[in-house]
Amino acid sequence: MAKEKNNIAQEESNLAGVNADCASCPVHHAANLKKLGVDMENWDFVVALAGNPNTGKSTVFNALTGLRQHTGNWPGKTVTRAEGGFEYADNRYKLVDLPGTYSLLATSLDEEIARDFILFGQPDVTIVVVDASRLERNLNLVLQVLEITNRVVIALNLMDEADRHQMKVDHRRLARDLGVPVVPTIARYNEGFEDLLAAIHEVAEGETLAKPYQVKYDNPKLDRAVSQLVTQIEEAFPQVPNARWVALRLLDGDERIIKAVEDGELGELSYTRDDLEGASVTHVSHKSGFAQ
Amino acid sequence: MKSNHEKILKSAQDLRWNIGADFHEKTMEALYTDATRIADRAVTHPDEKPRFDLDRTIDKLVTSRVWGFPLMILMLTFVFWLTITGANLPSGVLYSLLIDKLHPLLKAGAASIGMPWWLDGVLIDGAYLATAWVVSVMLPPMAIFFPLFTLLEDFGYLPRVAFNLDHIFRKAGAHGKQSLSMVMGFGCNAAGVISTRIIDSPRERLIAIITNNFSLCNGRWPTQILVATIFIGTMVPAHLGGLISAMSVVAIALLGVLLTFGVSWALSRTILKGEVSTFTLELPPYRPPRILQTLYTSMIDRTLVVLWRAIIFALPAGIILWTSANLMVGGVSVAEHLVNFLNPFGLLLGLNGVILVAYIVAIPANEIVIPTILMLTVMISGGNGIGAGSGVMFELESGLATLNILTQGGWTLLTGVNLMLFSLIHNPCSTTIYTIYKETGSAKWTTIASLMPVVMGFVITFFTAQIWRLIAGW
Repeated sequence: MAKEKNNIAQEESNLAGVNADCASCPVHHAANLKKLGVDMENWDFVVALAGNPNTGKSTVFNALTGLRQHTGNWPGKTVTRAEGGFEYADNRYKLVDLPGTYSLLATSLDEEIARDFILFGQPDVTIVVVDASRLERNLNLVLQVLEITNRVVIALNLMDEADRHQMKVDHRRLARDLGVPVVPTIARYNEGFEDLLAAIHEVAEGETLAKPYQVKYDNPKLDRAVSQLVTQIEEAFPQVPNARWVALRLLDGDERIIKAVEDGELGELSYTRDDLEGASVTHVSHKSGFAQ
Repeated sequence: MKSNHEKILKSAQDLRWNIGADFHEKTMEALYTDATRIADRAVTHPDEKPRFDLDRTIDKLVTSRVWGFPLMILMLTFVFWLTITGANLPSGVLYSLLIDKLHPLLKAGAASIGMPWWLDGVLIDGAYLATAWVVSVMLPPMAIFFPLFTLLEDFGYLPRVAFNLDHIFRKAGAHGKQSLSMVMGFGCNAAGVISTRIIDSPRERLIAIITNNFSLCNGRWPTQILVATIFIGTMVPAHLGGLISAMSVVAIALLGVLLTFGVSWALSRTILKGEVSTFTLELPPYRPPRILQTLYTSMIDRTLVVLWRAIIFALPAGIILWTSANLMVGGVSVAEHLVNFLNPFGLLLGLNGVILVAYIVAIPANEIVIPTILMLTVMISGGNGIGAGSGVMFELESGLATLNILTQGGWTLLTGVNLMLFSLIHNPCSTTIYTIYKETGSAKWTTIASLMPVVMGFVITFFTAQIWRLIAGW
């Protein structure tokens, strides 16, 4: 299984719009999910589950893995990382359920766990579970994730609640604006998972060409500063996929990223997929911050 | 290579001066503006707002200043009343099956294959009876209580509890989010301690960790329910028994909440001084609970997990208790030596030696406190033909029979009340202590979190006993 991330990134433009054959057609795999529980051996792809608190991440996690991670109707239920596996269309996936956060600025331990995994764990796909009935606030996180990675699928969850509030959410328009796949789901009642799996599959295999939306800062001074830094960063770390985001974080004085530049940890982001096998998790650091 | 990295950091530092001090605010603003714009394009609201918003109406009621707390207490009382009255029948059935029928069968089987008396004692009177006791006493209340609690959680009520408590926490100098970790502790303190990760400030997180033990946990609810049924429920007319017992359990749980506030307040004014940080608490929408799924997951996640843990610890505890009750030193069993040694101190606290020994045995799991107490009591007071010889954990068919045994062992209403108090206020179980150590990484704070409650428990039961004896003249 030589699915080298970097090759895929380079060849993305060639793959655009090309549907290899029937085997990769979503209809073919519709009922093809195999829940693997805690069996995560020999995975082909790593998928991260991110999102605001209480949007249904753990419900999606349970539905895909068949595990029973405790779910509850309140924010802050998941503070640790849960992991499980599933198989779909002949690929084995390792699914990592991240703590729910409103941002990725890493001001608290749960935000740090989530951000470090999306950045240093380098998941092949990041699913952002979004509350359709509170779209505006949820998009803050989505836009921050899109600055870090373009391998994103949005699960537009809680569509039933949006209905209940008599809101209409146009997921196609949202997908066009964000530049990544958007799949409406009602995780509590197992609706929309077939489309979600198909979207995960396509992003993982590099069949979907993502052009993620980038926040417009409308500040010429900032743009100059960013492009100057981006040049330097790309020179020192040629493989870094998100130099613009790193530049912004450095300008903001983000200590974790400053440290990653300092000791060259940022350079390790250029791992190929085979190097990463089994090693990705060790990059997630845990700090407790208590004085003795 | 290294210098390359430093150059980047250097120019980032220089550029930071160029782009202006309000850079952070500006970028956040840009992010919010873009999010709003994209959301507006995708969402269409109906022209007409619904006139009646159910969520808001419920919220106005359950988080109201006047009705919030009474409703909360009423709801908890109802849940416990259902648990206490509902658990009686299945408990009796399980008891007659496991202990009345199966235990003599096992004994007869052991005798027929000529098993030596000590092996038969350790395995059947020790390990088997301990386990059977735990199953018949704990399974029914848990199978009723946990699904009810999970339904409340699924419905979205717990964050409202946190919302109601939030401003009190702020006054106590603690983080408002502590209300969430406290509520989590009502399930399991170890889980409650882990959930304090949502609190960013180390100071406020420590306060939340240290006080989490005052949330009655899964392992202690059955003890409270049982002692309340036996001592307090039997004091009133039968038709009121369930209700009064339920109310006394709620009172103990509320005392735990008060202690959480009090201790947080004291800590934030002494060894953990500092500013209170602010946060926003999001009230999730009410969702119609999924009854069947809730029943299933609460059965797997909570009931069976807790039961399994209780069994794991009851097995060796049963073996140890049987052995210590049958191992004689100077004509008196080891267990009796220990009980007699601790008895004076226990009586001073309005408890007794048996209870203290039971709490030492139960450090790994609070679930086995009651079985241990009953077994030791029978053994010490001679048992008069109840149970089946020394060191046998047994079950009694009704609360009244249990009451008789315990009064024979010198128990009074004070002992029952103080046992409920001590069950609330004592050291965390070993799993929780280990979790505290993992989360804080500090031996000092782990020691404080472990010893402070047990010292408080001694002090509170001591004064309760003194005042009680003064008033009642006992």
